[in-house]
Amino acid sequence: MANRHAALFFLAPALLAIGAFFVLPVLAALVLSFTDFDIYSLGNFDYARFVGLKNYMQLLADPLFWKALKNTFYFLLVGGPLSIAVSLGAALMLQPKFVRFKQFFRTAYFAPVVTTLVAVAVVWRFVYHPRFGILNYLLSLVGLGGIDWLGDPHWAMPAIILMAVWKNFGYNMIIFIAGLQGIPGELYEAAAIDGAGRLQQFRSVTLPMLAPTTVFISIITMIGYFQLFAEPYVMTQGGPRNSTLSIVYLMYQQGFRWWNMGYSAALAFILFAFILAGSVLQSRMQKRWGI
Amino acid sequence: MQKFGRFLLYLSLIAVAAVTLAPLGWMVSASVMPTGQSAAFPPPFFPKELTFEHYLRLFTGIRLARYLLNSALLSVSVTAISLAINSMAGFAFAKYRFRGRDQLFKMLVASMIIPSQVTMLPLFLMLNKMGLINTYMGVIIPGMAGIFGIFLIRQFAMSIPDSLIEAARMDGASDFRIYWSLILPLCKPILITLAIFTFMGTWNDFLWPLIVMTDDSMYTLPVAIANLSLEHVQDTELMMAGAVMTVAPVLILFAAVQKYYISGITAGSLKE
Repeated sequence: MANRHAALFFLAPALLAIGAFFVLPVLAALVLSFTDFDIYSLGNFDYARFVGLKNYMQLLADPLFWKALKNTFYFLLVGGPLSIAVSLGAALMLQPKFVRFKQFFRTAYFAPVVTTLVAVAVVWRFVYHPRFGILNYLLSLVGLGGIDWLGDPHWAMPAIILMAVWKNFGYNMIIFIAGLQGIPGELYEAAAIDGAGRLQQFRSVTLPMLAPTTVFISIITMIGYFQLFAEPYVMTQGGPRNSTLSIVYLMYQQGFRWWNMGYSAALAFILFAFILAGSVLQSRMQKRWGI
Repeated sequence: MQKFGRFLLYLSLIAVAAVTLAPLGWMVSASVMPTGQSAAFPPPFFPKELTFEHYLRLFTGIRLARYLLNSALLSVSVTAISLAINSMAGFAFAKYRFRGRDQLFKMLVASMIIPSQVTMLPLFLMLNKMGLINTYMGVIIPGMAGIFGIFLIRQFAMSIPDSLIEAARMDGASDFRIYWSLILPLCKPILITLAIFTFMGTWNDFLWPLIVMTDDSMYTLPVAIANLSLEHVQDTELMMAGAVMTVAPVLILFAAVQKYYISGITAGSLKE
């Protein structure tokens, strides 16, 4: 089909919307990050001045930024792999042909994914309640407990990670299930003929065949986990002692609480840079290993 | 030995299901407990007596109906508008040839990596200038077109044979007619999938409505719940009722259309 006007007609609304409300804001954010745009500039843009790299320099000197970066990486590097491992485990448990009620289990595991994060974060706040929470009750049954999950700077981030794994693992599980179904049965048969046991089949057939799926999952999980915000907002307000302050939380506070928009835009770009670097790194690794 | 293995597997399957469902079950259960009953040790899992006072209070004292309406209105609008715009673009990318098409499409897909937080500050300033802060349009506008949606529809529409379109053209159908009466009906499965994704995404979204909706009467459910939970820290049962009202609509929707939702996840994860 060669009708160029028709193509333009169909594309125009999307391209206009994406151009005006996505591309333009991205470019504007870059410009914003080089200005000292603050609450005074909000009324009159003329008050904002170019300050070059000052915001970025200030960020690097801000202990709160390093704290938020460290927390975000803690969440990402512990929570990400943990949630992927649980997803894979759940997908493998649902793989054998003899397993019945698969539909039920799959739905049960997936249910937290579709729930509203803010609402279940409120629920989990009570699960973690130091005195009346279910978790401490269960721990007390085996003689442990008394942990102030959300009130102790050492435990607040692990508590948020645990909740995030609960909330998210079902999503990647579905992708892993599809990946497992895509592995030809002959590969397992061939491996079995070669005398490979269950564990060896898993290591020499399942894992390599799942590698592309795993890289894809790692990238989308990383992108999602970098954007940690609602959990600490609802459960800890970034505390205690800033132990759950994330990059996006800091960006929100700087930009929309204190209206330091130039500073906040610089933070947004640092977030973007990390996400970009992480994605490039992971796809490079995939190519290097020839998966 | 094999039997024992199977027994262990079922045990683990059930244990995991218990972990995923227990917090949701407790949420429902605590929402019908009388005030204060959930704050006990050991924590009661079932209510000793049923009460719906918290739901009543949500609708009479706390204006939950208003938040429900805001959330529903925004989710439906964003879904309808974005579906129209994305399906047109997806169709064009799949079935028209024009210069730079593939490069443009690749650029769009690559730009999906840019986190939405990057756009939020300028978007806020733009909408502020346009007087759209604290309005429905403030939430609808950034959701009007989505690259992921265009991508899904394009992948699906590519599988529609060109011969079908040529035949319709021979019969004198206009381009719009082809889109409306041929492409859209054929794309129905992916459109339903995308509609569910968009609806749920908008319903559950938090950060952007939190920024744009500054007035209590404009809050969506998640924003209202977050606010309430910070104000009424002690009122557990009321909070649980609020959480139920927020989560129930999406859970029910999911239960009804699970097949489409699941297939959307796998469609989105397939590489070109």
